[in-house]
Amino acid sequence: MERLFFDLFGAASVVAALGVVLARNTMYSVLWLIFCFFNLAGLFVLLDAEFLGIILILVYVGAVMVLFMFVVMMLEVDVASLREGFLRYLPLGGALALALLVEMVLAARAGLFAKHAEHLGREVNNTAEIGKLLYTKYLLGFEIAAVILLVALVGAIVLVIRARKDAKYQNIARQVRVRKEDRLQKVRLP
Amino acid sequence: MGWLARTAKTWLLWELVQGLLLTGKYLFKKKITVEYPEERTPLSPRFRGLHALRRYPSGEERCIACKLCEVVCPALAIYIESEEREDGTRRTTRYEIDMTKCIYCGYCQEACPVDAIVETQIFEFATENREDLYYTKEMLLAVGERMERQIRKNLEADAKYC
Amino acid sequence: MSGWQQLLAWIAEILAIAISVALSVAYITYFERRIIGWIQVRKGCNRVGPAGLLQPIADMIKLVFKETIIPAPAHKVLFVLAPIAALAPMMAAFAAVPFGETTFFGLWKAAHVMAIGNIHVGLLYVMAMSSLAVYGMLLAGWASNTKYAFLGTMRSTCQVISYEIAMGFALVPVMMLAGSLNLADIVHAQEGGFWHWYVIPLFPMFLVYFISGAAEAARIPFDLPEGEAELVAGYHVEYSGMWFASFSLAEYAAMILISLMTSILFLGGWDAPIPQLAFIPGTVWLLLKTSFFVFVFIWMRATFPRYRYDQLMRLGWKVFLPWTLVWIAVVGICIYAPGISRVMDFWLAWR
Repeated sequence: MERLFFDLFGAASVVAALGVVLARNTMYSVLWLIFCFFNLAGLFVLLDAEFLGIILILVYVGAVMVLFMFVVMMLEVDVASLREGFLRYLPLGGALALALLVEMVLAARAGLFAKHAEHLGREVNNTAEIGKLLYTKYLLGFEIAAVILLVALVGAIVLVIRARKDAKYQNIARQVRVRKEDRLQKVRLP
Repeated sequence: MGWLARTAKTWLLWELVQGLLLTGKYLFKKKITVEYPEERTPLSPRFRGLHALRRYPSGEERCIACKLCEVVCPALAIYIESEEREDGTRRTTRYEIDMTKCIYCGYCQEACPVDAIVETQIFEFATENREDLYYTKEMLLAVGERMERQIRKNLEADAKYC
Repeated sequence: MSGWQQLLAWIAEILAIAISVALSVAYITYFERRIIGWIQVRKGCNRVGPAGLLQPIADMIKLVFKETIIPAPAHKVLFVLAPIAALAPMMAAFAAVPFGETTFFGLWKAAHVMAIGNIHVGLLYVMAMSSLAVYGMLLAGWASNTKYAFLGTMRSTCQVISYEIAMGFALVPVMMLAGSLNLADIVHAQEGGFWHWYVIPLFPMFLVYFISGAAEAARIPFDLPEGEAELVAGYHVEYSGMWFASFSLAEYAAMILISLMTSILFLGGWDAPIPQLAFIPGTVWLLLKTSFFVFVFIWMRATFPRYRYDQLMRLGWKVFLPWTLVWIAVVGICIYAPGISRVMDFWLAWR
C-alpha cells in the first residue's frame, strides 16, 4: 500500500516537474509547480513527516506560490518568443540535469542516505521532535536564517519604497482615530 | 481616566457591540411583512389600476368620442376612431389602450367629461404575452361591466374631494 | 473491532460528516436570509415548503439549470476549474475537524474522536486547506481575462493572504497553552468548565481570529468582492449559474469552518460550560457554539457597513499583526515568569 502511494506521488511529481518546464504558458507552469508541491507533501507524509508536509503546503503552496502567481499574472506572456529559446538552452540545461543526477546517484551509493528507515509510529509527535531539535541543536542556524530573512525583507522594502512628495496620501490612522466629539458640534439656534 | 476608558472601549469593540445590540433588538420586533397573495394592503378609492369603459344604467355607452383623453394622454397610449351612428350620435368605433405604454397617471379619467373612462382598482392583470396587454374597446367595456359597482362606490367616496 | 467493521465505521463516519457539512452549507443560506429578514423587520423566505425550508433546494435547482456563460477570451479550463479550486479545499478542511468524542454504544472501546482523520497536525492542516482557497480567486480572476475580474482578484488575494498571517499568529498562543497541534488534544486541554477555556487568557486573540476569519471568508464587513456598485464586484464578475454559486458555497463553508475552529480553539469545543451540564452530549455543545458563531457572522452582516480597502489592509497589517505578536510575547513571558506562571498553570495542560 505504502509502495503504491510512493509510486503514485513520485510519478506524479516527476510528471508535474516536467509540466513546469514544458508548459507553454507561464501560468500553467506555476500550476504544475503547485501540483508538484502537493505530491512532495504526500511523499513527506509517507515518510512520517506530516509536519513538514503540511508546512510545505501551508507556506509554499498557500503563500509563496500565491506571490509567484501574482508576478506571473502581471507578466505579458509572449508565447512565440518563449518557444524560441527552448532548444538553444537544451544542451546547457540537459548537462546540468545530468550532473545533478550523477551527484544524486553517487550520494545515494555512498551511503549518505540510510538503506532503510523504520517507521516512527503514531506515538512519536514529529512536530514536537522537530521543535526540540530546531531550538536546541540547530538554534544558531535557525536564528541566523531568521535574521537573514528579516534583513532581506527590510532590504527589499528599503530598496523599493518611494514616498512621492507631490502626491497626497490619506492618513488612515488619523481617519480612524476621529471621534464624534472632534467633528460634531451641537449649536443651539435661537 | 478618560483615555483608559476609551482604550478599553476600542479594544472591546464597544461601538461594534452597540451596533450589534441595536440590530439584535430589531430581531425580535414584530414583523411588518404583508404576505401578498394571502394578505393585501387596503387600496385607496383613487387607486389607478386597469382602465374600464362605463355604460349608463340604460346600457348606452357613456363615451362620446370627444377624444380629450387621447389628447391628454402623456404616453400616447390611447387610440380612438369615431363615426356617426344611425341615430346621429357620435360614438367610437375604436377605443384602444396599450397597457404597456400606459403610465397610469389618471389624466384620461380627469379629462373625461362623462366619466366614461375610469381606472379601477385592478392591478393584477399580468399576461403571458405582450399582445394581451393591448386592450380593445370590447375588453374595456367588459371590465367596466364587471367592475361597475365598485367603480360607482369609489367615485362616490371620492366625490366630496373633487 | 474486526477489520471490515472498522472499514464500515470509517465509511459511515465519512458520510455522516461530509453529508452534514454539505447540507449545512446549503441551509446556512436559508438561515442567513431568514435572520437578516427578521433583523430588517421582514419575515424572510417562507414560501417554498413549510416555513420556506425547501428554499435552498429550489435555489439549487434554479442555479443548476441556469446557463453558465464562459466569456470568449477566457481560458476555458482554468475558468471552469476555479470554482472547484475554491470549494474543494474548504470542504477538505473539514476532514481534520473533530466533532466530538464518543464510544457510540460501546462500538469503540476507548473514546473515539469523531473526525475523518484525527491527525497530529490537525490545526495546521485546517489552516493549510483554508489558505488554498486563494487559488480559486486567483484562477477565477486570471482566467476571466478581464480587467475588472483581475483587479478584484488582486484585491481579494491580498486581503486573504494578509489576514491569514494574523490568523496564524493568533493561533500560536493557543498552541503554546495547549502544547499540541492536534485539535482533540487542544479541546482536552480546555476541559472542566468555561473558566478553563482559552477565550479567557487569550481574549484578544479570540477577537483577532474571529475577525480575521471574517476577512478570510470575505464576509461583511470585509466582503469587497460583493461590492458591485462601487468596485464592480470582485474576481467572480464573469461567473454565472452554478459556477458562481460555488464561490458563495465556498464562502459559507469557510464561515462554518471558522465558527467550528473558533469554538474548538477558544471555547472548549465539545466541553460543557459547567461540568454539571456534561450529561448533554459533547457534539451538541460543539454544534451550539458553532451555530452561535455562524449566527454572529450573519448578525454582523445585517449590522456593519463595508470596510474601505486601504483601511482593511491597515487593520490586518498594522493592528492585528503587531497585536498578535505582542500577545505571543506576553503569553510566553507569563508562562515562565515567577509568580504569574502559577496563574497561567491553570490553563497549561502540559505542565
